[in-house]
Amino acid sequence: MSDISPPQTILTADGLGKTFGKTHAVVDASFEVNRGEIFVVMGLSGSGKSTLIRMLNGLLEPSSGSVSVAGTKISGLPAAKLREVRKRSVSMVFQHFALLPHRTVIDNVAYGLEIQGVAKAERLERANTIIRLVGLDGRQNSLPSQLSGGMQQRVGLGRALASDTDILLMDEAFSALDPLIRREMQEQLIELQSELGKTIIFITHDLNEAMFLGDRIAVMRDGKIVQIGTPEEILTDPANDYVAQFVQDVDRARVLTAASVMEPARSVVTVTAGPRAALRTMRDLQSQATFVLGRDRTFAGIVRDRDVLRQVKRGETDLRSILLDDATTVTSDVVISELVELSVGSDLPIAVLDDKKRLIGVIPRVTLLAALGNVSTTTGEIPVTETIATITVSEMTDTLLDPTLEGAGR
Amino acid sequence: MNDFRIPLGRWVEDIIDFITDTFGFLFDFVATVVSGAYEIVDAVFSTPPFWAVIIVLAALGFAARGWKFAIGTVLGLTLILGVDQWDNAMDTLALVLVASVIAILIAIPLGIAAAKSRATSNLLRPVLDLTQTMPAFVYLIPALILFGIGVVPGVVATIIFAVAPGVRLTELGIRGVDTEVVEAGQAFGASPWRILRQIQLPLAMPSIMAGVNQVIMLSLSMVVIAGMVGAGGLGQPVVASLNRIDVALGFEAGLSVVILAIFLDRLTAALGGGDTPLGRVLGRRGAARLERESAAKAANPGQAPAERELVDA
Repeated sequence: MSDISPPQTILTADGLGKTFGKTHAVVDASFEVNRGEIFVVMGLSGSGKSTLIRMLNGLLEPSSGSVSVAGTKISGLPAAKLREVRKRSVSMVFQHFALLPHRTVIDNVAYGLEIQGVAKAERLERANTIIRLVGLDGRQNSLPSQLSGGMQQRVGLGRALASDTDILLMDEAFSALDPLIRREMQEQLIELQSELGKTIIFITHDLNEAMFLGDRIAVMRDGKIVQIGTPEEILTDPANDYVAQFVQDVDRARVLTAASVMEPARSVVTVTAGPRAALRTMRDLQSQATFVLGRDRTFAGIVRDRDVLRQVKRGETDLRSILLDDATTVTSDVVISELVELSVGSDLPIAVLDDKKRLIGVIPRVTLLAALGNVSTTTGEIPVTETIATITVSEMTDTLLDPTLEGAGR
Repeated sequence: MNDFRIPLGRWVEDIIDFITDTFGFLFDFVATVVSGAYEIVDAVFSTPPFWAVIIVLAALGFAARGWKFAIGTVLGLTLILGVDQWDNAMDTLALVLVASVIAILIAIPLGIAAAKSRATSNLLRPVLDLTQTMPAFVYLIPALILFGIGVVPGVVATIIFAVAPGVRLTELGIRGVDTEVVEAGQAFGASPWRILRQIQLPLAMPSIMAGVNQVIMLSLSMVVIAGMVGAGGLGQPVVASLNRIDVALGFEAGLSVVILAIFLDRLTAALGGGDTPLGRVLGRRGAARLERESAAKAANPGQAPAERELVDA
């Protein structure tokens, strides 16, 4: 699968509803999951997410609506056909691991294959490969009770991976693990996912986990999906007060990317504009430095006010000779937790570039702080996003108005 | 007192009469099977010399719980021999085994059915309450009518009396299996039969074995009462001592029952734990491991030794 092809829907939930007696556990849930993405369903306990995931593989029959897996409608399918779908297309990882306690690690991992009817020698071989993949080599003959929680869940994950289904349902899979192990498992899951290209539907009540894992997140409340979007969309544009309240405790630094916090670059000149234009820009914005762009808005570097002033005084015209290439640049998808250190290292705004090296925005320290604190940069009257100039405005103005230098800049 | 009276007893009697007339062939069949099974099992215990039986039972005890239990078994059985109740004790052992095995064969499927369906469970519960609490003697009466005097009515009454805990504990055990593990079976596409065989029964085994233990204990207590209908075994001297107010005989026979009870209880309780050599054999865990290792070796012969070293390290 290449990155260019449009997302391909592998699972569709259409108006799903489930009622237990008088309780409406899930109400009218509709969404599509694309092949190869991690789709997270997030909600507090009692929000219906566990019921929802169990309808996706037919463990629960929906009261209304339907589920389609890879184009096959599985709701209302006879039991034998439904089992076939579970064997071939959808496997599952459970919150409390749900391993068979009387079977060894390798037999647990091979369980799905055993049910698929794979011959013993082959399924043990395949199970061994998976055991190495999930980092349990050497534990093949242990019983689940002899393993730690993290290792047991690796077995659970291995069992799901071994059956080689396209879709993995993970029901609060890491919630029973302690925080350090949980983090490790999350990172490993992302690694495995990019390696194997599985479609993962992940249920969690932990928003940080959702934000870390999810390509897209569905937020559930009282059985309803209140918002579906990328982690950034949910954080920056919550659909309602509930979601907003929910996301306020999120570790924003790990979710927000450079692209979502950057500001339009105002202190910008093209390299052909020359030092006088650069100085004028800096005087108007009272900034210490300005970004210089080459052809096609590609980022060329940065010039500082002192250097430009000197150049103007000398009557030189080529900005290139004073261009500094030590400006900090990042790509737009870097999360802002990684910007903090860069920002400390340089007093200049960080330049955000797209994949063609074009300048698409800047992140001054103030903006970074504002994003971390979830406040606006435009709270005061004076824009505070520029770095304060090191020379006075009057000196710049005097230089620009000096008749002996007039016209030399161009 | 007024004249109001429900002739419930009369009705039951009529029903029993009807059953005797109509299903006579069925009872003849049951009688043949039960007495045949009893003859065979009794021959197994009664034919060999006493020391051979003691050695075999002690060996069984050793396998189940270790050498202390084996020594206790030898001492207990020698005591039975010493009070001259050996033949009766062997008859009783045979009766208990036949009755228990049949009761367990009935109880476990019923327990599974009750665990699978709420309706079956609701239907079975009052029946089990009835069989468990009805005074044990009462079963003897219809059993006598249906089967006549001898071993068969004793065994049949014993089965009815002893079946309840087997059903209840099987149901409890299967219902108690972690729902997530059962869901895991379903989620990977296992059939209900496969889930039962590979997940529910193995995980419910401790509870089921506790049920088996209870069935055997109840059988033993009922078998003594069955001595009243001529079932033989230790029940006979107990009933005789009651008639003759023979304290000495009563105590000796009673103590023999106690010794058998302790032996059977400890033996079967050990099987439920699964941590004993015998329990492991029953659990087939050892067998499965051997099987798998040889298969792994066959799959990639070059790698097997290296993996072994890793595991050892």
